[in-house]
Amino acid sequence: MSLKGWKEMTEGGIIDVPGSSEEYHTGSWRSFRPVWHADRCIQCYRCFSFCPDNSILIKDGKVAGINYDYCKGCGICAHECPKKANAIEMEPERK
Amino acid sequence: MQKFDAFTGNLAIATAWKQINPDVCAAYPITPSTEVVMLYSDFVANGEVDTEMVTVESEHSAMSACIGASLAGGRVVTATSSAGLAYMWEMLSVASGLRTTIVLACVNRALSAPLNIHCDHSDAMGAKDTGWIQIFSENAQEAYDNMIQAFRIAEHSDVRLPVMVCNDGFIISHSFEKMQYIDDEEVRAFVGEYNTKHSLFDFNKAEAFGAMVLPNYYIEFKRQQREAMEKSKNVILEVGREFGEKFGRNYGFFEEYLLDDAEIVFVVMSSAAGTVKHVVNELRKNGNKVGILKPRVFRPFPADEIALSLKDAKVVCVLDRAETFGGEGGPLFLEIKSALKNNENQKVVNRIFGLGQRDFLPQHVFELFQELKAKDTKKFGYINVRE
Repeated sequence: MSLKGWKEMTEGGIIDVPGSSEEYHTGSWRSFRPVWHADRCIQCYRCFSFCPDNSILIKDGKVAGINYDYCKGCGICAHECPKKANAIEMEPERK
Repeated sequence: MQKFDAFTGNLAIATAWKQINPDVCAAYPITPSTEVVMLYSDFVANGEVDTEMVTVESEHSAMSACIGASLAGGRVVTATSSAGLAYMWEMLSVASGLRTTIVLACVNRALSAPLNIHCDHSDAMGAKDTGWIQIFSENAQEAYDNMIQAFRIAEHSDVRLPVMVCNDGFIISHSFEKMQYIDDEEVRAFVGEYNTKHSLFDFNKAEAFGAMVLPNYYIEFKRQQREAMEKSKNVILEVGREFGEKFGRNYGFFEEYLLDDAEIVFVVMSSAAGTVKHVVNELRKNGNKVGILKPRVFRPFPADEIALSLKDAKVVCVLDRAETFGGEGGPLFLEIKSALKNNENQKVVNRIFGLGQRDFLPQHVFELFQELKAKDTKKFGYINVRE
């Protein structure tokens, strides 16, 4: 998303396009990233249910990965993932 | 059609509001502005207007309610003084930053401590950098006229900024004067309907107000506010001119009083200008070349226009009814000094007067005039203060 100049912006910061927060990628300041392992996932949806954003990708009704555009790396998905499955692990963004 | 009657400044403001019939008034009482809302609540209670009166628990809440009502698309008014304006301070910046069009009657009163309910400009000057347009009135007539014009200025599509109409506490607010008032219909026609492009209550168009911005956007919004202030200059002049054409009283950025050939010029705002005018008339009788520049619009500050107007003055004496405590002078002095080009042949001095409504009498202006004639006039001083 390119940054607008002051002449192009709405007055007083009014957001006149509903749902436009989708255009704003909030995952840029993540320091840890969840890594999803498809082979270990038992499709319990706990990660999807607990994600405070909307960063668990669902495809054809199944968990299909992480949306890193919005994931802030809070780690709740990894924490909630059943220990026996251990399908989501947190890794530092910079090793 | 205009008629004369006796008005106090507070009644003048409440009358202007009654004629305009704003949608919402949220206010909390504080002397000397209390009476504005007190009088207005009578009009509401008597069904003369259909304004929603919101009685709140503080000035911070008053301004917050005004902001919400303004964003909802309403025409909104409030009144306050002194500590009340100070308590609104946080929300004043929100009101301007969100580009609301609130009109506030500031009945000028000194800030505590020591506690003092009387007039000076320390309240309004404390809010001069909060992004509000500030217009100062000399008497009840100007308070009334400025209040009517304030809506047109605030709501203009080039501006969309809140406006503060400042009137001296007690001196204007509680003194009865002969004042000319305009017919209700003519006031309404002049002010017009308020239509906003954005409204919280527009359920067909979902919009979000007051979102947070990070460092990558904040400064752009501030740049927009400066632009709106710059653009408001033309609007203020246009509205003032139109008001003059329709009702016979012209308004600009400032009033020039016997300024054409003046060598010694007093720069003074609000009610004190009346006192100085009287003395200038007397001094003129003896051939003294003295005049007055009375700023009416303090924000935006018409620096270029004032510089042009004062370019030939030999001595410019700026009278401030507020302190900056450690600044080079009072707030008006700092603006005037900054507006004037460095000129070796021009002396610019500052006097602080009337804090907490200390008397400012003709004799003080006569004494000041003698001081200003002297070659070694001091740059800064207080008027009528005991040593």
